[in-house]
Amino acid sequence: MTSSARLFRLARVLCSALALLLAAALVQRAEAQDISAALSQLTTNKYDDTEAALGALALSGSPAAAGIVSALADGKLVFGGLPPRVFIEGPGGALLDPLTMQPAADAPAVKPVRVNNRVRRAIEAANGALSLVSPDAGKRREAALAVGRSRDEAALPALEMALAKESDPKVKSAMNLARASILIAKEGITPAERIAAVELVGAEGNQDALAILRSVPESAAPEVKQAAAVAIEGIERNLAMWGMAQNVWYGLSLGSVLLLAAIGLAITFGVMGVINMAHGEMVMLGAYTTFVVQEVIRTSYPGLFDASLLIAIPLAFLFTGLIGVLIERTVIRFLYGRALETLLATWGISLILQQAIRTIFGPTNREVGAPSWMSGSFEIGHLSITSGRLWIIVFALLVFFALLATLRLTRIGLEMRAVTQNRRMAASMGIRTNWVDAMTFGLGSGIAGIAGVALSQIDNVSPNLGQSYIIDSFLVVVFGGVGNLWGTLVGAMTLGVANKLLEPYAGAVLGKIALLVIVILFIQKRPRGLFALKGRSIET
Amino acid sequence: MLNMFTHARRMAGRALVGAAALALAGGGVASAQETIKVGVLHSLSGTMAISETTLKDTVLFMVQEQNAAGGVLGKKLEAVVVDPASNWPLFAEKARELIAKEKVAVVFGCWTSVSRKSVLPVFKELNSILFYPVQYEGEESERNVFYTGAAPNQQAIPAVDYLMANEDVERWVLAGTDYVYPRTTNKILEAYLKSKGVKEEDIMINYTPFGHSDWQTIVADIKKFGSAGKKTAVVSTINGDANVPFYKELGNQGIKATDIPVVAFSVGEEELAGIDTKPLLGHLAAWNYFQSVDVPENADFIKKWQAYTKNDKRVTNDPMEATVIGFNMWVKAVEKAGTTDADAVIDALIGITVPNLSGGFSAMMPNHHITKPVLIGEIKEDGQFDIVEQTPGLIVAEEWSPYLEGSKDLIADWRKPLNCGNFNVKTGKCGGAGQ
Amino acid sequence: MSMTRQPALLGTSGLIFLAVLFVAAVLVPVLNLYAAPDSAVHVPTYVVSLLGKYLTYALLALSVDLIWGYVGILSLGQGAFFALGGYAMGMYLMRQIGTRGVYGDPVLPDFMVFLNWKELPWFWYGFDMFPFAALMVLLAPGLLALVFGWFAFRSRVTGVYLSIITQAMTFALLLAFFRNDMGFGGNNGLTDFKDILGFNIQADGTRLTLFVLSALALGLGYILCRFLVRSHFGKVLVAVRDAETRVRFTGYRAENYKLVAFVVSAMLAGIAGALYVPQVGIINPSEFSPANSIEIIVWVAVGGRGTLVGAALGAVLVNYAKTYFTSGMLAPYWLFMLGGLFVAVTLFLPKGIVGTYYDWREKRRQHDDIPDEPLATPRPAE
Repeated sequence: MTSSARLFRLARVLCSALALLLAAALVQRAEAQDISAALSQLTTNKYDDTEAALGALALSGSPAAAGIVSALADGKLVFGGLPPRVFIEGPGGALLDPLTMQPAADAPAVKPVRVNNRVRRAIEAANGALSLVSPDAGKRREAALAVGRSRDEAALPALEMALAKESDPKVKSAMNLARASILIAKEGITPAERIAAVELVGAEGNQDALAILRSVPESAAPEVKQAAAVAIEGIERNLAMWGMAQNVWYGLSLGSVLLLAAIGLAITFGVMGVINMAHGEMVMLGAYTTFVVQEVIRTSYPGLFDASLLIAIPLAFLFTGLIGVLIERTVIRFLYGRALETLLATWGISLILQQAIRTIFGPTNREVGAPSWMSGSFEIGHLSITSGRLWIIVFALLVFFALLATLRLTRIGLEMRAVTQNRRMAASMGIRTNWVDAMTFGLGSGIAGIAGVALSQIDNVSPNLGQSYIIDSFLVVVFGGVGNLWGTLVGAMTLGVANKLLEPYAGAVLGKIALLVIVILFIQKRPRGLFALKGRSIET
Repeated sequence: MLNMFTHARRMAGRALVGAAALALAGGGVASAQETIKVGVLHSLSGTMAISETTLKDTVLFMVQEQNAAGGVLGKKLEAVVVDPASNWPLFAEKARELIAKEKVAVVFGCWTSVSRKSVLPVFKELNSILFYPVQYEGEESERNVFYTGAAPNQQAIPAVDYLMANEDVERWVLAGTDYVYPRTTNKILEAYLKSKGVKEEDIMINYTPFGHSDWQTIVADIKKFGSAGKKTAVVSTINGDANVPFYKELGNQGIKATDIPVVAFSVGEEELAGIDTKPLLGHLAAWNYFQSVDVPENADFIKKWQAYTKNDKRVTNDPMEATVIGFNMWVKAVEKAGTTDADAVIDALIGITVPNLSGGFSAMMPNHHITKPVLIGEIKEDGQFDIVEQTPGLIVAEEWSPYLEGSKDLIADWRKPLNCGNFNVKTGKCGGAGQ
Repeated sequence: MSMTRQPALLGTSGLIFLAVLFVAAVLVPVLNLYAAPDSAVHVPTYVVSLLGKYLTYALLALSVDLIWGYVGILSLGQGAFFALGGYAMGMYLMRQIGTRGVYGDPVLPDFMVFLNWKELPWFWYGFDMFPFAALMVLLAPGLLALVFGWFAFRSRVTGVYLSIITQAMTFALLLAFFRNDMGFGGNNGLTDFKDILGFNIQADGTRLTLFVLSALALGLGYILCRFLVRSHFGKVLVAVRDAETRVRFTGYRAENYKLVAFVVSAMLAGIAGALYVPQVGIINPSEFSPANSIEIIVWVAVGGRGTLVGAALGAVLVNYAKTYFTSGMLAPYWLFMLGGLFVAVTLFLPKGIVGTYYDWREKRRQHDDIPDEPLATPRPAE
């Protein structure tokens, strides 16, 4: 969805632009004069003047106008010299004359024409006004929507004129809707006309329609008010349902983040029984691996940026896996059978890793960018879905099932299960338990590392990254049931959705508190989590 | 350094002796008298290290510069660095250590309000000097503290004025982290906006916990709030770590600065260095200094700073400038007083004027706050700010906000004869609004 | 293990511990007050507060050792009880400020004035009276432990499950106390205290008194714990730790034993918190943070789990190390050292300092049949 606020602004300019265009069609052009005045206005480098100049450019009809506007948008419009003149900065920094696009005779010192939000909106409006004569139906439709949002009565004649000429059905319906939006609040129209407008707007069924319907004037006939009330009620009911669905989606998205954070822990803690307080730091190392990969790509192979995450995933897995194996070989292996002491040692390791990263990369956040395929959002019905979040859900599930398959279907997975279930028996069957231990811990750490790649997309990449996930991760694993991967999946998703369903009512903080209390109570009911392991080893 | 080291060894040796009490007794009696010690009380580990480490470096840089220029009162300065580790009680302990054990002449430190509140009693009891360099909620003026960051009227209110005048904003989202700075700032802003005719239903206030990382619901709410047909802006007092996921979510949900601009009071160059700034183009921040201020003083400072840190990408930011101003003010006051004695320096500091880095001068006022220009900047793609507005003059801090019920009658003036941080102009008494 | 002779209530190390504590409680005030400030034996006031703080931490560690070392309950939420006790004391100290706050409001604490609160919330009533506050120091953590423990032990939540839900408990409290709407001062917490029972909280005399009181509380706490674990009750506790099911089969209500120990431990932590707050001058929600609770566990492990004396020693040592490492040129590296210390202790001193010492002494005395401290150290397998 294009946001209303921008459209609203755009619409104001467009309305005046439309009216002026109509006038301009009658009066013959005098643009040569106009455009040079506009250009000199650009050299004052004041936002007000720049905005005014853009308006003039939009209406000038000069063939050079579009080029100048887009140069301004790209920061390529510069000015300088005495008296100050405007240039377009061409490739390689050459100064071009904005009207002829020929290299300028002299090359004075130049500064770019500055742009702020207001000017940026004026640029959009100017682009819009200029494109109104363009054959692009999408742009015409956007303009119509903007007029509708503005509900500016002054635009009505222009809109009706454009409507008469329009042939594209999509654009036409947008224009009709815009017209209805204006008519709803207009004085001096018949109740029947107004009711028709109410129905047309009501059929839209979204948030904007609500706002428009609420603008029915007090003086309107009772049957109009009645019709508006019915339409409002219907939309609200409908939106409440979509709102619920939206919350569930947010919940799933949060759940997938929890799943990613917890899934490595489900191995090191859930399967191996190591209370791994350094788990969060493995996630952090994964995120820093992503940072390093992107740094290298930025400096050496900028073309590969969109693939940076795909490159980072295996590297993060290998790197954190290696660190995991190292930790297992030097510390953890001496502590098997003493689960609570692993807490201590891994806590110490987590402090060391945090400080190491702080020493190497500095204490501040590092920048990890989003590849283009993870940016943006789209809508299904009234459900708004952001691509980044969607990819994270998909990724979390992929990791989960890959891990499940590894444990179920591969030889090393079988050995891992054997060793954790009965170490001595496994050893006497010829399994190298030491090696399997190291591999299992490495696997859990590696998975945490690739979780870090994903989390770098939505959170800070700082030495504290891991700390913010460690509590939630343990909670998820315990809630789901230690030693059961499915439990971790269901636990993460349940907690995520429950959190997001509570949030609108209780607020972010109270919702979280309520959830913690619920988990505490739930553990009373099922002391071994959602999916308790059955068997005689229950009382260890 | 050597001195510190032998001292440390002595302490370590003693720790091994059974009764720690005896061991700790009388540490560090004799030490060189040739230096003036300057305490640095910034977290170098824990959650606040992200912001505070830079300020530690800044003080060390200033000490080095000052020593190169001949020191103060003919003596070299010596920085004493401690790490309060983002742990608030540890702040108080370390402050006491700096003042009582290390006998520092002045302390530069603290970032969060709670750390300042934690050390406050210590500075009062031991009568020392703290320079506090971060924008904060105001509602405080202490004899032993000099506030070189902005009070709310030196940051928040000009930012709102800018949005009203230049972006025609009529609807406001006040989003903050749930702690005292956002709470107070939002209370002040709410009262201010209402005094400007903004209706109750056009203000949305939202608080989130520290380090909040899932912004989906809140950003969607903001989007919804902003689609009511009136121009909407977000005034963000969201703190530190929570900002990155917040901005990332704004970008994800397609909210651009041209739709709903966000003006932040805690996001500076340092924070932006950790964010992909392309989607943030045009969002705003209000500070008293930006690295992009185009004056020779600033260019000179940046050059020296980057040389000192051996990093030509190292950014500067507002709290750094506040630290620099505070440091220079202290040096000037010590030279004026001719001693580092706390009482003399506290009295000498009022009225001291030093150049700031935005081309003007900042003066220490009798309320222990400084005068500042207010700058509004829009985020550029390179993580710097494009300064779109600068207040024509300097703004004097309102340490007690006139928009808050409890403080509207209070003023602070540490000159004689008033000598009071919370003088009530109604009752004519020092000591708050009490009956 | 056959015990022909019931060992004395205190044992050698206990006696040494109490003696050191006593000497410190006498010597520190004397040296602070009467030694010349520039003499080598003078104890400066900041050291007094520092030592006082260590002693409250030691008491807190003792409370953890009681349930972890002897009942096998690994609470990752002990900090919550400590903080609750601290808040109860902090609320009393807040009310004592009276009109001396910056706004001069006679009833409302500063943070309420500045958030425009009009009247005192109900849960602040009574905290202007010290006896009530003192009672709440015990009751608030005690009640929380009672309710929490009653649910958890009855439904036989054990092991890591119990640890994680205690962590969830303290995390929930952390979030709750962070909220400014709760009425506990939000992130800033309670601070700027003026006096306690009419004595100026910053006066040297008050500091010394608080230090001596902390030493006394630690001494009494030690004797209480020692008494508990030596009694028949304590034997059952150890049995529960080592084989809960078997204890249950022999007819004991294991959950009741655990509950009593848990509540006593929470109250001890509450007392430690109450003594801690006036000495450091601030109580804030970060005391609830799960990391703090984990740190307490680390102190106990370093000193030696299940030895009581070790817990207190560990608390003092680790905190001294923290104080020491966070100053001077070592500051940037202190987390390396602290982290390294934890790893080293688990690898090389699995029973902690005191536990290792006991083992060593045991070996030396193998042919002397004087079982001095036979009961305490838990089996390593968990």
